[in-house]
Amino acid sequence: MTDQASTTSTFDTVANIISETCDIPRDNIKPESHAINDLGIDSLDFLDIAFAIDKAFGIKMPLEQWTQEVNDGKATTDQYFQLDNLCTRIDELVAAKGA
Amino acid sequence: MRLEYFQLIDRIVELRLADRTIRTAAQVPAESTIFEGHFPGFPLMPGVLLIEAMAQTSGWLLIAVTKFTRMPFFAAVKEAKLRSFVTPGQQLALSATLLHEGSGFAVTRAEICSNERPICNAEMTFRLVEFPNPEFRANMEKMAAMLEFPAGALADA
Repeated sequence: MTDQASTTSTFDTVANIISETCDIPRDNIKPESHAINDLGIDSLDFLDIAFAIDKAFGIKMPLEQWTQEVNDGKATTDQYFQLDNLCTRIDELVAAKGA
Repeated sequence: MRLEYFQLIDRIVELRLADRTIRTAAQVPAESTIFEGHFPGFPLMPGVLLIEAMAQTSGWLLIAVTKFTRMPFFAAVKEAKLRSFVTPGQQLALSATLLHEGSGFAVTRAEICSNERPICNAEMTFRLVEFPNPEFRANMEKMAAMLEFPAGALADA
């Protein structure tokens, strides 16, 4: 599997989770979509999404750490909540798990 | 139960950290003003309070799993099913299992039985946050002692 194929697969899984969890049409969910700003997902709905992503990939997304970094001005929400970036983080966590 | 203090469970019966499960017990009071309204001539324990009892049972499990470093706040309930009526004086056996501990949140499955009959069950989501202040945490520790929370189990885990 190429890196691109891996990313695409991760994106499809994440997009399907978001679509089902938040009742957002699948076609509206793009790699460049920002979960909060573009898709309007609130923090409570994001818990459901995080639960489903954690389960689907066998990982524990470090949401507390990400939130802290954003609050401290060390990161932007784009880095974690724009879907293509989120998928990259997920791939990194999956790779770290298998290492 | 002390309904006037929103204390919905009486004691922690068993905490199995390795299995990530907890069992608690509660007796519905024989009398309460709640039953005067719910319902006159046919007193029933309100379903929302049964859900709160499952949430409190789950909450003590999460406090144990996080070793008193996080306070669980009830955030969502799914697939709640209220299967049987609960009446004044009834003894309840409650239990909860941790389904997932995420970063800053957790999901449990909880249920209540009485005389081995299923009363209700639900999947529950909690936000896990640091205790808001030392007084809050001290009060939770006091409540833990009242409920016979097995503090020794945390040291062994």
